[in-house]
Amino acid sequence: MNHFLKSPALRTLAITGLLGLSAISPALAQTAEPTMDKGDTAWMMVSTVLVLFMILPGLALFYGGLVRSKNMLSVLMQCTMITAVVMVIWVVYGYSFAFGGGTGAFFGGFGKLFLAGVTTDSMSATFTDGVVIPEYVFIAFQMTFAAITPALIVGAFVERIKFSALMAFVILWVTFVYFPVAHMVWDAAGYIFNLGALDFAGGTVVHINAGIAALVGCIILGKRAGLGRDNMAPHSMTLTMVGASMLWVGWFGFNAGSNLEANGGAALAMINTFTATAGAIIAWAIIEAVLRSKPSMLGAASGMIAGLVAVTPAAGSIGPVGAIVLGAIASSACYFFVAVVKQKFGYDDSLDVFGIHGVGGIIGAIGTGIFTAPGLGGTGGDDYSIAGQTFIQAEAVVITILWCGIASTILFMIVKAIFGLRVNEADESVGLDLSSHGEAAYHG
Amino acid sequence: MKLITAVIKPFRLDAVREALTGLGVEGLTVTEVKGYGRQKGHTEIYRGAEYAIHFLPKLKLEIAVKADLAAKAIEAISESARTGQIGDGKIFVMDLEEVVRIRTGEKNAEAL
Repeated sequence: MNHFLKSPALRTLAITGLLGLSAISPALAQTAEPTMDKGDTAWMMVSTVLVLFMILPGLALFYGGLVRSKNMLSVLMQCTMITAVVMVIWVVYGYSFAFGGGTGAFFGGFGKLFLAGVTTDSMSATFTDGVVIPEYVFIAFQMTFAAITPALIVGAFVERIKFSALMAFVILWVTFVYFPVAHMVWDAAGYIFNLGALDFAGGTVVHINAGIAALVGCIILGKRAGLGRDNMAPHSMTLTMVGASMLWVGWFGFNAGSNLEANGGAALAMINTFTATAGAIIAWAIIEAVLRSKPSMLGAASGMIAGLVAVTPAAGSIGPVGAIVLGAIASSACYFFVAVVKQKFGYDDSLDVFGIHGVGGIIGAIGTGIFTAPGLGGTGGDDYSIAGQTFIQAEAVVITILWCGIASTILFMIVKAIFGLRVNEADESVGLDLSSHGEAAYHG
Repeated sequence: MKLITAVIKPFRLDAVREALTGLGVEGLTVTEVKGYGRQKGHTEIYRGAEYAIHFLPKLKLEIAVKADLAAKAIEAISESARTGQIGDGKIFVMDLEEVVRIRTGEKNAEAL
Protein backbone atom coordinates (compact mmCIF):
# COMPACT_ATOMS: atom_id res chain seq x y z
CA MET A 1 0.00 0.00 0.00
CA ASN A 2 1.27 3.44 -0.86
CA HIS A 3 2.23 5.39 2.19
CA PHE A 4 -0.05 8.28 1.26
CA LEU A 5 -3.00 6.01 0.76
CA LYS A 6 -4.85 7.20 3.78
CA SER A 7 -8.29 5.85 3.20
CA PRO A 8 -9.99 5.04 6.48
CA ALA A 9 -10.04 1.35 5.73
CA LEU A 10 -7.93 0.32 8.65
CA ARG A 11 -10.70 1.77 10.75
CA THR A 12 -12.60 -1.42 10.38
CA LEU A 13 -9.95 -3.52 11.99
CA ALA A 14 -11.63 -3.17 15.31
CA ILE A 15 -9.40 -4.48 17.96
CA THR A 16 -11.51 -6.19 20.52
CA GLY A 17 -10.57 -8.41 23.39
CA LEU A 18 -7.07 -7.06 23.71
CA LEU A 19 -6.45 -8.79 26.97
CA GLY A 20 -7.36 -12.17 25.50
CA LEU A 21 -5.07 -11.59 22.56
CA SER A 22 -2.10 -10.68 24.66
CA ALA A 23 -2.66 -13.68 26.89
CA ILE A 24 -2.42 -15.98 23.89
CA SER A 25 0.48 -14.22 22.26
CA PRO A 26 2.53 -12.12 24.67
CA ALA A 27 5.36 -11.62 22.18
CA LEU A 28 3.04 -10.08 19.62
CA ALA A 29 1.50 -7.86 22.25
CA GLN A 30 4.93 -6.57 23.26
CA THR A 31 5.88 -5.53 19.74
CA ALA A 32 2.64 -3.72 18.92
CA GLU A 33 0.73 -2.77 22.02
CA PRO A 34 -2.20 -0.73 20.68
CA THR A 35 -2.52 2.55 22.52
CA MET A 36 -5.44 4.90 22.75
CA ASP A 37 -4.47 8.55 22.90
CA LYS A 38 -6.80 10.81 24.85
CA GLY A 39 -5.98 13.72 22.55
CA ASP A 40 -7.03 11.73 19.48
CA THR A 41 -10.17 10.59 21.21
CA ALA A 42 -11.12 14.11 22.29
CA TRP A 43 -10.51 15.44 18.78
CA MET A 44 -12.68 12.74 17.23
CA MET A 45 -15.49 13.43 19.67
CA VAL A 46 -15.35 17.13 18.75
CA SER A 47 -15.21 16.24 15.04
CA THR A 48 -18.27 14.06 15.41
CA VAL A 49 -20.41 16.83 16.84
CA LEU A 50 -18.98 19.25 14.27
CA VAL A 51 -20.39 17.03 11.52
CA LEU A 52 -23.75 16.97 13.30
CA PHE A 53 -23.53 20.78 13.37
CA MET A 54 -23.12 20.70 9.59
CA ILE A 55 -26.58 19.14 9.28
CA LEU A 56 -28.38 20.79 12.18
CA PRO A 57 -28.58 23.67 11.86
CA GLY A 58 -25.99 24.29 9.08
CA LEU A 59 -27.40 22.45 6.07
CA ALA A 60 -30.98 22.95 7.26
CA LEU A 61 -30.55 26.74 7.33
CA PHE A 62 -28.52 26.84 4.12
CA TYR A 63 -31.31 25.01 2.30
CA GLY A 64 -34.11 26.62 4.28
CA GLY A 65 -33.06 30.12 3.32
CA LEU A 66 -33.06 29.16 -0.35
CA VAL A 67 -36.70 28.08 -0.52
CA ARG A 68 -39.79 30.26 -0.40
CA SER A 69 -40.97 31.17 3.09
CA LYS A 70 -44.01 28.87 2.81
CA ASN A 71 -41.66 25.86 2.62
CA MET A 72 -39.07 26.88 5.23
CA LEU A 73 -40.20 24.51 7.98
CA SER A 74 -40.60 21.57 5.62
CA VAL A 75 -36.91 21.77 4.77
CA LEU A 76 -35.87 22.12 8.43
CA MET A 77 -38.13 19.19 9.28
CA GLN A 78 -36.79 17.00 6.48
CA CYS A 79 -33.19 17.57 7.61
CA THR A 80 -34.09 16.95 11.25
CA MET A 81 -36.07 13.76 10.63
CA ILE A 82 -33.56 12.30 8.20
CA THR A 83 -30.83 12.83 10.78
CA ALA A 84 -32.81 11.10 13.51
CA VAL A 85 -33.98 8.17 11.37
CA VAL A 86 -30.54 7.46 9.90
CA MET A 87 -28.98 7.52 13.38
CA VAL A 88 -31.38 4.82 14.54
CA ILE A 89 -30.82 2.75 11.39
CA TRP A 90 -27.06 3.18 11.77
CA VAL A 91 -26.88 1.45 15.14
CA VAL A 92 -29.48 -1.18 14.18
CA TYR A 93 -27.85 -2.35 10.93
CA GLY A 94 -26.14 0.49 9.06
CA TYR A 95 -22.80 0.26 10.84
CA SER A 96 -22.77 -3.49 10.36
CA PHE A 97 -23.63 -3.26 6.64
CA ALA A 98 -20.81 -0.73 6.13
CA PHE A 99 -18.17 -1.73 8.68
CA GLY A 100 -19.40 -5.00 10.16
CA GLY A 101 -16.16 -6.84 9.55
CA GLY A 102 -17.46 -8.91 6.62
CA THR A 103 -14.96 -9.61 3.87
CA GLY A 104 -17.29 -9.06 0.91
CA ALA A 105 -16.38 -6.33 -1.55
CA PHE A 106 -19.82 -4.70 -1.37
CA PHE A 107 -21.25 -5.60 2.01
CA GLY A 108 -19.97 -5.40 5.57
CA GLY A 109 -22.13 -8.26 6.80
CA PHE A 110 -24.41 -8.86 9.74
CA GLY A 111 -21.68 -9.21 12.36
CA LYS A 112 -22.41 -5.97 14.19
CA LEU A 113 -26.18 -5.69 14.02
CA PHE A 114 -27.35 -3.62 17.01
CA LEU A 115 -23.64 -2.92 17.56
CA ALA A 116 -23.23 -6.48 18.80
CA GLY A 117 -20.02 -7.03 20.71
CA VAL A 118 -19.04 -3.38 20.94
CA THR A 119 -18.06 -2.28 24.45
CA THR A 120 -16.20 0.65 25.98
CA ASP A 121 -13.05 -1.45 25.56
CA SER A 122 -13.58 -1.97 21.82
CA MET A 123 -11.07 -0.05 19.73
CA SER A 124 -10.87 0.93 16.07
CA ALA A 125 -7.62 1.30 14.20
CA THR A 126 -6.35 4.64 12.88
CA PHE A 127 -3.80 5.31 10.15
CA THR A 128 -0.91 4.81 12.52
CA ASP A 129 0.04 1.27 13.46
CA GLY A 130 -0.73 0.59 17.08
CA VAL A 131 -2.77 3.78 17.60
CA VAL A 132 -6.45 3.20 18.23
CA ILE A 133 -9.58 5.14 19.13
CA PRO A 134 -12.65 3.87 20.97
CA GLU A 135 -14.95 2.09 18.53
CA TYR A 136 -17.94 3.97 19.90
CA VAL A 137 -16.32 7.22 18.73
CA PHE A 138 -15.69 5.76 15.28
CA ILE A 139 -19.28 4.51 15.10
CA ALA A 140 -20.66 7.90 16.10
CA PHE A 141 -18.33 9.75 13.71
CA GLN A 142 -19.38 7.58 10.78
CA MET A 143 -23.01 7.84 11.85
CA THR A 144 -22.99 11.58 11.24
CA PHE A 145 -21.65 10.99 7.71
CA ALA A 146 -24.47 8.55 7.02
CA ALA A 147 -26.97 11.12 8.30
CA ILE A 148 -25.76 14.12 6.30
CA THR A 149 -25.65 12.37 2.93
CA PRO A 150 -29.40 11.76 2.45
CA ALA A 151 -30.07 15.18 4.00
CA LEU A 152 -28.01 16.71 1.17
CA ILE A 153 -30.27 15.05 -1.42
CA VAL A 154 -33.46 16.81 -0.32
CA GLY A 155 -32.30 20.07 -1.92
CA ALA A 156 -33.12 18.65 -5.33
CA PHE A 157 -36.83 18.19 -4.70
CA VAL A 158 -37.76 20.68 -2.01
CA GLU A 159 -41.11 22.47 -2.13
CA ARG A 160 -42.95 19.51 -3.69
CA ILE A 161 -41.93 16.13 -2.21
CA LYS A 162 -44.34 14.17 -0.05
CA PHE A 163 -42.91 13.82 3.45
CA SER A 164 -43.82 10.13 3.87
CA ALA A 165 -42.32 9.32 0.47
CA LEU A 166 -39.11 11.13 1.39
CA MET A 167 -38.69 9.22 4.63
CA ALA A 168 -39.37 5.88 2.89
CA PHE A 169 -36.88 6.76 0.16
CA VAL A 170 -34.19 7.72 2.67
CA ILE A 171 -34.53 4.44 4.56
CA LEU A 172 -34.21 2.46 1.32
CA TRP A 173 -31.47 4.67 -0.06
CA VAL A 174 -29.09 4.45 2.89
CA THR A 175 -29.64 0.69 2.93
CA PHE A 176 -29.00 0.00 -0.74
CA VAL A 177 -26.74 2.88 -1.73
CA TYR A 178 -24.98 4.60 1.17
CA PHE A 179 -23.97 1.60 3.26
CA PRO A 180 -22.68 -0.47 0.30
CA VAL A 181 -20.77 2.48 -1.18
CA ALA A 182 -19.28 3.40 2.21
CA HIS A 183 -18.16 -0.23 2.53
CA MET A 184 -16.77 -0.28 -1.00
CA VAL A 185 -14.75 2.92 -0.52
CA TRP A 186 -13.65 2.87 3.10
CA ASP A 187 -13.53 -0.73 4.24
CA ALA A 188 -10.30 -2.68 3.79
CA ALA A 189 -12.32 -5.38 2.03
CA GLY A 190 -14.19 -2.86 -0.14
CA TYR A 191 -14.10 -3.00 -3.91
CA ILE A 192 -13.17 0.62 -4.61
CA PHE A 193 -10.72 0.71 -1.71
CA ASN A 194 -8.85 -2.19 -3.23
CA LEU A 195 -8.64 -0.42 -6.56
CA GLY A 196 -6.44 2.04 -4.67
CA ALA A 197 -8.79 5.00 -4.92
CA LEU A 198 -8.20 7.99 -2.66
CA ASP A 199 -11.28 9.32 -0.92
CA PHE A 200 -10.14 10.96 2.26
CA ALA A 201 -13.41 12.23 3.70
CA GLY A 202 -16.15 11.12 1.36
CA GLY A 203 -16.09 12.75 -2.06
CA THR A 204 -17.59 9.65 -3.66
CA VAL A 205 -19.45 8.23 -0.68
CA VAL A 206 -21.09 11.49 0.38
CA HIS A 207 -21.05 14.05 -2.39
CA ILE A 208 -21.15 12.17 -5.69
CA ASN A 209 -23.62 9.77 -4.10
CA ALA A 210 -25.89 12.59 -2.95
CA GLY A 211 -25.49 14.54 -6.18
CA ILE A 212 -26.43 11.63 -8.43
CA ALA A 213 -29.40 10.59 -6.29
CA ALA A 214 -30.51 14.23 -6.37
CA LEU A 215 -30.32 14.42 -10.15
CA VAL A 216 -32.27 11.19 -10.56
CA GLY A 217 -34.82 12.33 -7.98
CA CYS A 218 -35.54 15.75 -9.46
CA ILE A 219 -35.99 14.26 -12.92
CA ILE A 220 -38.40 11.58 -11.65
CA LEU A 221 -40.36 14.05 -9.49
CA GLY A 222 -40.57 16.71 -12.16
CA LYS A 223 -40.42 20.47 -11.85
CA ARG A 224 -42.05 22.60 -9.21
CA ALA A 225 -45.38 24.02 -10.28
CA GLY A 226 -44.86 27.53 -11.63
CA LEU A 227 -41.14 27.13 -12.34
CA GLY A 228 -40.11 29.85 -14.76
CA ARG A 229 -43.34 31.78 -14.11
CA ASP A 230 -43.46 32.36 -10.35
CA ASN A 231 -40.88 34.17 -8.30
CA MET A 232 -38.93 31.41 -6.56
CA ALA A 233 -36.17 33.61 -5.21
CA PRO A 234 -34.61 32.56 -1.87
CA HIS A 235 -36.71 33.83 1.02
CA SER A 236 -33.74 34.52 3.28
CA MET A 237 -30.27 34.90 1.86
CA THR A 238 -29.25 35.88 5.40
CA LEU A 239 -30.05 32.42 6.76
CA THR A 240 -28.46 30.84 3.70
CA MET A 241 -25.21 32.67 4.40
CA VAL A 242 -25.39 31.70 8.10
CA GLY A 243 -26.04 28.06 7.17
CA ALA A 244 -23.25 27.94 4.60
CA SER A 245 -20.81 29.36 7.14
CA MET A 246 -21.87 26.76 9.71
CA LEU A 247 -21.24 24.12 7.08
CA TRP A 248 -17.72 25.47 6.63
CA VAL A 249 -17.04 25.36 10.37
CA GLY A 250 -18.52 21.87 10.67
CA TRP A 251 -16.53 20.70 7.67
CA PHE A 252 -13.35 20.81 9.76
CA GLY A 253 -14.80 17.90 11.70
CA PHE A 254 -15.70 16.20 8.44
CA ASN A 255 -12.29 16.60 6.79
CA ALA A 256 -9.72 16.99 9.57
CA GLY A 257 -11.70 14.47 11.63
CA SER A 258 -11.37 11.93 8.85
CA ASN A 259 -7.70 11.72 9.76
CA LEU A 260 -8.84 9.89 12.94
CA GLU A 261 -5.87 11.29 14.86
CA ALA A 262 -5.02 14.80 16.02
CA ASN A 263 -1.67 15.11 14.26
CA GLY A 264 0.02 16.57 11.19
CA GLY A 265 -2.33 14.75 8.84
CA ALA A 266 -5.33 16.38 10.51
CA ALA A 267 -3.55 19.73 10.31
CA LEU A 268 -3.01 19.27 6.55
CA ALA A 269 -6.69 18.45 6.06
CA MET A 270 -7.54 21.50 8.12
CA ILE A 271 -5.49 24.01 6.17
CA ASN A 272 -6.71 22.51 2.89
CA THR A 273 -10.28 22.97 4.09
CA PHE A 274 -9.47 26.65 4.52
CA THR A 275 -7.53 27.31 1.33
CA ALA A 276 -9.59 25.29 -1.15
CA THR A 277 -12.74 26.98 0.11
CA ALA A 278 -11.20 30.44 -0.10
CA GLY A 279 -10.04 29.76 -3.67
CA ALA A 280 -13.50 28.56 -4.63
CA ILE A 281 -15.31 31.57 -3.13
CA ILE A 282 -13.00 33.99 -4.94
CA ALA A 283 -13.37 32.11 -8.22
CA TRP A 284 -17.18 32.18 -8.14
CA ALA A 285 -17.23 35.88 -7.23
CA ILE A 286 -14.82 36.73 -10.05
CA ILE A 287 -16.87 34.75 -12.57
CA GLU A 288 -20.02 36.61 -11.56
CA ALA A 289 -18.24 39.97 -11.51
CA VAL A 290 -16.97 39.40 -15.03
CA LEU A 291 -20.06 37.80 -16.56
CA ARG A 292 -22.78 39.93 -14.98
CA SER A 293 -20.89 42.74 -13.23
CA LYS A 294 -22.49 41.98 -9.87
CA PRO A 295 -20.86 39.38 -7.60
CA SER A 296 -23.63 37.95 -5.39
CA MET A 297 -23.71 36.62 -1.84
CA LEU A 298 -25.45 33.48 -3.08
CA GLY A 299 -22.59 33.08 -5.53
CA ALA A 300 -20.01 33.37 -2.76
CA ALA A 301 -21.94 30.90 -0.59
CA SER A 302 -22.24 28.51 -3.54
CA GLY A 303 -18.53 28.79 -4.20
CA MET A 304 -17.91 28.08 -0.52
CA ILE A 305 -19.84 24.81 -0.70
CA ALA A 306 -18.29 23.88 -4.06
CA GLY A 307 -14.79 24.31 -2.62
CA LEU A 308 -15.62 22.32 0.50
CA VAL A 309 -17.07 19.50 -1.58
CA ALA A 310 -14.08 19.41 -3.92
CA VAL A 311 -11.48 19.31 -1.16
CA THR A 312 -13.30 16.54 0.73
CA PRO A 313 -11.66 13.58 -1.05
CA ALA A 314 -8.38 15.47 -1.42
CA ALA A 315 -7.92 17.05 2.02
CA GLY A 316 -5.47 14.47 3.34
CA SER A 317 -3.20 14.12 0.36
CA ILE A 318 -2.90 17.40 -1.55
CA GLY A 319 -1.00 20.55 -0.55
CA PRO A 320 -2.55 23.82 0.62
CA VAL A 321 -1.62 25.74 -2.54
CA GLY A 322 -2.81 22.99 -4.85
CA ALA A 323 -6.03 23.11 -2.83
CA ILE A 324 -6.60 26.74 -3.85
CA VAL A 325 -6.38 25.72 -7.51
CA LEU A 326 -8.58 22.67 -6.99
CA GLY A 327 -11.21 24.80 -5.23
CA ALA A 328 -11.17 27.40 -7.99
CA ILE A 329 -11.52 24.79 -10.73
CA ALA A 330 -14.40 23.08 -8.94
CA SER A 331 -16.12 26.39 -8.33
CA SER A 332 -15.91 27.29 -12.04
CA ALA A 333 -17.30 23.90 -13.09
CA CYS A 334 -20.15 24.15 -10.57
CA TYR A 335 -20.99 27.67 -11.77
CA PHE A 336 -21.22 26.36 -15.32
CA PHE A 337 -23.56 23.55 -14.28
CA VAL A 338 -25.94 25.61 -12.13
CA ALA A 339 -26.05 28.71 -14.34
CA VAL A 340 -25.81 27.18 -17.81
CA VAL A 341 -26.34 23.41 -17.97
CA LYS A 342 -29.35 23.32 -15.65
CA GLN A 343 -31.09 26.14 -17.52
CA LYS A 344 -30.36 24.47 -20.84
CA PHE A 345 -31.72 21.05 -19.92
CA GLY A 346 -34.50 22.36 -17.71
CA TYR A 347 -34.36 19.83 -14.87
CA ASP A 348 -35.45 21.34 -11.56
CA ASP A 349 -32.56 20.47 -9.25
CA SER A 350 -34.01 23.18 -7.05
CA LEU A 351 -31.08 23.90 -4.73
CA ASP A 352 -28.38 22.56 -7.07
CA VAL A 353 -27.41 19.40 -5.22
CA PHE A 354 -26.18 17.79 -8.42
CA GLY A 355 -24.71 21.04 -9.72
CA ILE A 356 -22.62 21.59 -6.61
CA HIS A 357 -22.24 18.29 -4.73
CA GLY A 358 -22.30 16.00 -7.75
CA VAL A 359 -20.14 18.13 -10.03
CA GLY A 360 -17.90 19.41 -7.22
CA GLY A 361 -17.51 15.85 -5.95
CA ILE A 362 -16.48 14.56 -9.37
CA ILE A 363 -14.00 17.40 -9.90
CA GLY A 364 -12.63 16.79 -6.40
CA ALA A 365 -12.27 13.04 -6.88
CA ILE A 366 -10.48 13.44 -10.21
CA GLY A 367 -8.49 16.43 -8.92
CA THR A 368 -7.28 14.35 -5.99
CA GLY A 369 -5.47 12.14 -8.50
CA ILE A 370 -3.77 15.19 -9.98
CA PHE A 371 -2.97 17.36 -6.97
CA THR A 372 -1.67 14.52 -4.81
CA ALA A 373 1.40 14.54 -7.07
CA PRO A 374 4.50 15.72 -5.18
CA GLY A 375 5.34 18.13 -8.02
CA LEU A 376 2.04 19.90 -7.35
CA GLY A 377 2.58 20.10 -3.61
CA GLY A 378 0.84 16.84 -2.75
CA THR A 379 2.00 14.07 -0.46
CA GLY A 380 2.41 11.38 -3.14
CA GLY A 381 5.68 9.50 -3.10
CA ASP A 382 8.47 9.76 -5.68
CA ASP A 383 6.93 6.94 -7.70
CA TYR A 384 3.54 8.70 -7.81
CA SER A 385 1.84 8.48 -11.17
CA ILE A 386 -0.71 11.21 -11.91
CA ALA A 387 -2.13 9.32 -14.86
CA GLY A 388 -2.30 6.04 -12.96
CA GLN A 389 -3.94 7.48 -9.87
CA THR A 390 -6.31 9.71 -11.84
CA PHE A 391 -7.47 6.69 -13.81
CA ILE A 392 -8.23 4.88 -10.57
CA GLN A 393 -10.05 7.96 -9.28
CA ALA A 394 -12.14 8.03 -12.46
CA GLU A 395 -12.97 4.35 -12.02
CA ALA A 396 -14.19 5.06 -8.48
CA VAL A 397 -16.31 7.94 -9.79
CA VAL A 398 -17.87 5.85 -12.56
CA ILE A 399 -18.65 2.95 -10.24
CA THR A 400 -20.28 5.30 -7.73
CA ILE A 401 -22.32 7.06 -10.42
CA LEU A 402 -23.54 3.76 -11.86
CA TRP A 403 -24.33 2.14 -8.53
CA CYS A 404 -26.05 5.20 -7.15
CA GLY A 405 -27.76 6.15 -10.40
CA ILE A 406 -29.25 2.73 -11.05
CA ALA A 407 -30.19 1.94 -7.45
CA SER A 408 -31.66 5.40 -6.85
CA THR A 409 -33.80 5.13 -9.98
CA ILE A 410 -35.21 1.80 -8.85
CA LEU A 411 -35.82 3.05 -5.30
CA PHE A 412 -37.57 6.22 -6.47
CA MET A 413 -39.81 4.11 -8.72
CA ILE A 414 -40.69 1.77 -5.86
CA VAL A 415 -41.54 4.65 -3.56
CA LYS A 416 -43.50 6.35 -6.34
CA ALA A 417 -45.57 3.21 -6.87
CA ILE A 418 -46.33 2.77 -3.17
CA PHE A 419 -46.62 6.32 -1.80
CA GLY A 420 -46.54 8.68 -4.76
CA LEU A 421 -43.65 11.14 -4.66
CA ARG A 422 -45.36 14.53 -4.87
CA VAL A 423 -47.92 16.39 -2.86
CA ASN A 424 -50.95 17.48 -4.87
CA GLU A 425 -50.94 20.80 -6.66
CA ALA A 426 -53.14 22.57 -4.13
CA ASP A 427 -50.84 21.58 -1.26
CA GLU A 428 -47.80 22.61 -3.26
CA SER A 429 -49.39 25.98 -3.89
CA VAL A 430 -50.21 26.52 -0.21
CA GLY A 431 -46.71 25.43 0.72
CA LEU A 432 -45.49 22.33 2.53
CA ASP A 433 -45.24 24.04 5.92
CA LEU A 434 -49.00 24.28 6.28
CA SER A 435 -50.06 21.39 4.05
CA SER A 436 -47.59 18.76 5.32
CA HIS A 437 -46.71 19.96 8.81
CA GLY A 438 -49.56 22.21 9.94
CA GLU A 439 -47.40 25.13 10.98
CA ALA A 440 -45.91 28.31 9.61
CA ALA A 441 -42.34 29.55 9.90
CA TYR A 442 -43.21 33.23 10.14
CA HIS A 443 -46.19 35.17 11.39
CA GLY A 444 -47.18 38.78 10.85
CA MET B 1 -58.29 70.18 5.92
CA LYS B 2 -56.28 68.07 3.55
CA LEU B 3 -55.19 64.45 3.58
CA ILE B 4 -51.78 64.11 1.96
CA THR B 5 -50.77 60.64 0.81
CA ALA B 6 -47.15 60.32 -0.24
CA VAL B 7 -45.44 57.23 -1.69
CA ILE B 8 -41.70 57.54 -1.18
CA LYS B 9 -38.46 55.60 -1.30
CA PRO B 10 -38.09 53.82 2.05
CA PHE B 11 -34.69 55.23 2.90
CA ARG B 12 -35.98 58.83 2.67
CA LEU B 13 -38.40 58.35 5.57
CA ASP B 14 -36.32 60.02 8.24
CA ALA B 15 -35.61 63.04 6.07
CA VAL B 16 -39.31 63.46 5.35
CA ARG B 17 -40.23 63.08 9.01
CA GLU B 18 -37.71 65.74 10.02
CA ALA B 19 -38.95 68.16 7.36
CA LEU B 20 -42.58 67.71 8.40
CA THR B 21 -41.81 67.99 12.11
CA GLY B 22 -40.03 71.26 11.34
CA LEU B 23 -43.28 72.59 9.87
CA GLY B 24 -45.23 71.66 12.96
CA VAL B 25 -46.99 68.63 11.54
CA GLU B 26 -48.12 66.66 14.58
CA GLY B 27 -48.65 63.19 13.20
CA LEU B 28 -47.75 60.79 10.45
CA THR B 29 -48.81 57.26 9.54
CA VAL B 30 -46.42 54.99 7.65
CA THR B 31 -47.31 51.79 5.78
CA GLU B 32 -44.92 49.46 3.95
CA VAL B 33 -46.32 49.00 0.46
CA LYS B 34 -45.31 47.62 -2.92
CA GLY B 35 -46.06 49.06 -6.30
CA TYR B 36 -44.79 50.26 -9.61
CA GLY B 37 -44.75 53.45 -11.61
CA ARG B 38 -42.39 54.62 -14.32
CA GLN B 39 -39.50 52.94 -12.50
CA LYS B 40 -41.10 49.54 -13.25
CA GLY B 41 -39.36 46.69 -11.38
CA HIS B 42 -35.93 45.16 -11.47
CA THR B 43 -34.34 41.79 -12.15
CA GLU B 44 -32.81 39.52 -9.55
CA ILE B 45 -30.55 36.62 -10.50
CA TYR B 46 -30.01 33.59 -8.26
CA ARG B 47 -27.45 31.12 -9.62
CA GLY B 48 -28.50 31.91 -13.16
CA ALA B 49 -32.27 31.90 -12.53
CA GLU B 50 -33.66 35.33 -13.34
CA TYR B 51 -36.71 36.73 -11.62
CA ALA B 52 -38.42 39.95 -12.69
CA ILE B 53 -39.53 41.82 -9.59
CA HIS B 54 -42.51 43.90 -10.78
CA PHE B 55 -43.49 45.51 -7.50
CA LEU B 56 -40.90 47.49 -5.61
CA PRO B 57 -41.04 48.19 -1.89
CA LYS B 58 -42.09 51.74 -1.03
CA LEU B 59 -43.44 53.54 2.02
CA LYS B 60 -46.83 55.18 1.98
CA LEU B 61 -47.21 58.19 4.31
CA GLU B 62 -50.53 59.63 5.32
CA ILE B 63 -50.58 63.13 6.82
CA ALA B 64 -53.64 65.12 7.78
CA VAL B 65 -53.05 68.91 7.92
CA LYS B 66 -54.97 72.15 8.07
CA ALA B 67 -55.61 73.51 4.59
CA ASP B 68 -53.24 76.46 5.03
CA LEU B 69 -50.38 74.14 5.88
CA ALA B 70 -50.93 71.78 2.94
CA ALA B 71 -48.84 73.61 0.34
CA LYS B 72 -45.84 73.86 2.68
CA ALA B 73 -46.16 70.22 3.70
CA ILE B 74 -46.30 69.09 0.08
CA GLU B 75 -43.21 71.13 -0.70
CA ALA B 76 -41.39 69.79 2.37
CA ILE B 77 -42.15 66.20 1.36
CA SER B 78 -41.08 66.83 -2.24
CA GLU B 79 -37.80 68.40 -1.19
CA SER B 80 -36.90 65.84 1.44
CA ALA B 81 -37.93 62.72 -0.49
CA ARG B 82 -36.31 63.74 -3.76
CA THR B 83 -33.16 61.98 -4.97
CA GLY B 84 -33.55 62.98 -8.60
CA GLN B 85 -33.53 59.33 -9.64
CA ILE B 86 -36.51 57.59 -11.18
CA GLY B 87 -38.78 56.06 -8.55
CA ASP B 88 -38.84 58.95 -6.05
CA GLY B 89 -42.60 58.49 -5.69
CA LYS B 90 -45.76 60.59 -5.79
CA ILE B 91 -47.92 62.80 -3.60
CA PHE B 92 -51.71 62.65 -3.67
CA VAL B 93 -53.83 65.34 -1.96
CA MET B 94 -57.48 65.03 -1.04
CA ASP B 95 -60.00 67.13 0.82
CA LEU B 96 -60.61 65.81 4.30
CA GLU B 97 -64.17 65.93 5.64
CA GLU B 98 -63.80 65.18 9.30
CA VAL B 99 -61.20 64.25 11.91
CA VAL B 100 -61.91 62.82 15.39
CA ARG B 101 -59.46 62.28 18.22
CA ILE B 102 -60.67 59.06 19.78
CA ARG B 103 -59.50 59.75 23.35
CA THR B 104 -61.19 63.10 23.84
CA GLY B 105 -63.79 63.27 21.13
CA GLU B 106 -62.25 66.54 19.82
CA LYS B 107 -63.05 67.21 16.20
CA ASN B 108 -61.40 68.65 13.10
CA ALA B 109 -58.77 71.36 13.69
CA GLU B 110 -58.52 70.56 17.43
CA ALA B 111 -58.01 66.92 16.62
CA LEU B 112 -55.06 67.44 14.28
